[in-house]
Amino acid sequence: MTETWLLRNMRAVRGRAYPRIIGSTREPSWVFFDVVLPLLTVSAYAYIYKFMKAPEEFVGFVILGGAMTAFWLNILWSMASQLYWEKEIGNLSLYLMAPISRMSILAGMAVGGLFETTLRATSTLVIGILVFGIALSLSSPVMLIVVFVVTMVALYGMGMMFASLYLLFGREAYHMSNLMTEPIYLASGFYFPVKALGFWAAAGSSIIPITLGLDALRQLFYPSSVSEYGFLAIGTETLILAILCIVFIVLSKLSLDYMEKLGKTSGRLTLRWQ
Amino acid sequence: MEPAVETESLTRVFNPKKKKEGKSVTALDSVDLRIERGELFGLLGPNGAGKTTLLKILSTLLLPTSGKAYVAGFDVEKDFQEVRKRINMVSGGEISGYGLLTVRENLWMFTQFYGMKSAVAFKQIDTMLELFGMVDKKNEKVRTLSTGMRQKMNVIRGFVTDPDILFLDEPTLGLDVNASRVIRDYIVEWVEKKPDKTVLLTTHYMAEADQLCDRIAIIDDGKILACDAPDTLKRLVKTSTMLKIDVTLLNNKSVLGEIPGVEKFTYTDDPASNLTSLKFVLQDESAVSDIVSEIVHSGAKILALRKTEPTLEDVFIKMVGKGFE
Repeated sequence: MTETWLLRNMRAVRGRAYPRIIGSTREPSWVFFDVVLPLLTVSAYAYIYKFMKAPEEFVGFVILGGAMTAFWLNILWSMASQLYWEKEIGNLSLYLMAPISRMSILAGMAVGGLFETTLRATSTLVIGILVFGIALSLSSPVMLIVVFVVTMVALYGMGMMFASLYLLFGREAYHMSNLMTEPIYLASGFYFPVKALGFWAAAGSSIIPITLGLDALRQLFYPSSVSEYGFLAIGTETLILAILCIVFIVLSKLSLDYMEKLGKTSGRLTLRWQ
Repeated sequence: MEPAVETESLTRVFNPKKKKEGKSVTALDSVDLRIERGELFGLLGPNGAGKTTLLKILSTLLLPTSGKAYVAGFDVEKDFQEVRKRINMVSGGEISGYGLLTVRENLWMFTQFYGMKSAVAFKQIDTMLELFGMVDKKNEKVRTLSTGMRQKMNVIRGFVTDPDILFLDEPTLGLDVNASRVIRDYIVEWVEKKPDKTVLLTTHYMAEADQLCDRIAIIDDGKILACDAPDTLKRLVKTSTMLKIDVTLLNNKSVLGEIPGVEKFTYTDDPASNLTSLKFVLQDESAVSDIVSEIVHSGAKILALRKTEPTLEDVFIKMVGKGFE
């Protein structure tokens, strides 16, 4: 691996991340669609919990879950289906033809997506906290950063893997994304502690990094609720997430290589509407 | 020094995904081609002739079914990363990039995939935007550009990374005269200024190939039918006589091709203006009187009749037995 190769790929990551980063400033309508609208769903759950006189932290759980849905939606619609979309507009063949690792393109998409979605999720979180007067008692800021980072790397690693697999499904990719929206909201416990699903269902859902990431974040924000609502210990969840990071990134590389080989053999990656 | 492009018995067959979806299509059939460095080489053929398939193989996007292809001396199958460092490609009607980026940002983004330093990239982009008369558009969003402006931007994308070998796939497709002229002029200027650079251009515009290319390969049904300088190709039909006749709409035309002395015959009908245009390649000029008699006998009126200099289209008609349309 030469310095030139590394530099070229780092520049490629920056180049591909740029449209997403700059997109946040070019399309101000995201404030309404990506912050205000998700808050409506979050509000509905928050009012249910308030009406039922559920413990105070449940409203906080919902706000956190609402903020994290932004990342899941970004994975489905801006990562997983992105390579298929790039093929349709003609960018994919230009990416494939460039003297860089395909992973740089995916990493650029991930970095850009993470930046813009963090902006949106933070807005949802801050507005939600202000509107519902949530009191958080963060136990460890350092651990919060560690958990957030490993969750995001694992989650975007999963998105990179999906991006290659969606190419295989072609137009069906959109149905796949629809199929994975609402069920994952349920399975990952976006609006309730995942422990409520029971051990085996929660363990099964843990393959989706956001399940354990969200559970760990809730435990960090509400240390007093750990024994009652926490699924696994924060350390265990962080370790599993770290393993998922490696697994998904390796799988994304393998699936991308497979798709490229398949595409070069069949011609499918450079033909539209296939 | 290795040639810019070399192919040996290059063949590409597309198989249907399912058997019931039809037969296999042979897009390239044992193509042997050698393009020297510094050449502006044209690949001329109708739609579906195999031009784009050849470019996709040479640009490492597609694997050959059999045969070999080398770009800058590197095998496109085994050494594709080396090939990719040395090439770029622009296609006609491309809609690449992102609409929310400005023209300058969009071009910069693509330079990053080739590892260009931002300062160098922006300097080069600004120079080229000026050459293409697009300085006033540099900060406009890509989605607001007209088709012609967008294609000029695409062409700049291809040149801005200064590739050793540039593949241009129908770069002026659907463009107006002015936009086409700007692009053609730049292609010629680039090759003249940088004698070690090579351009492989595919087109189905005969005049474009004639005007730009040092050498041209005529391709049809995946086979190279002829490969030489435009003037040399035209000499292939120099011994023949080219005749064009415009007549009022003519119904029974097949009989014209059977007249003794007619080597090849093509026609186009334009019912809207009640016009049939006939093109003949004649072995014997004495066939003219028989052709005229036959037209008059069929009841059509001759509107114009002219003997023409051979063009690449005549070469194509002579070789393939049909026109491009």
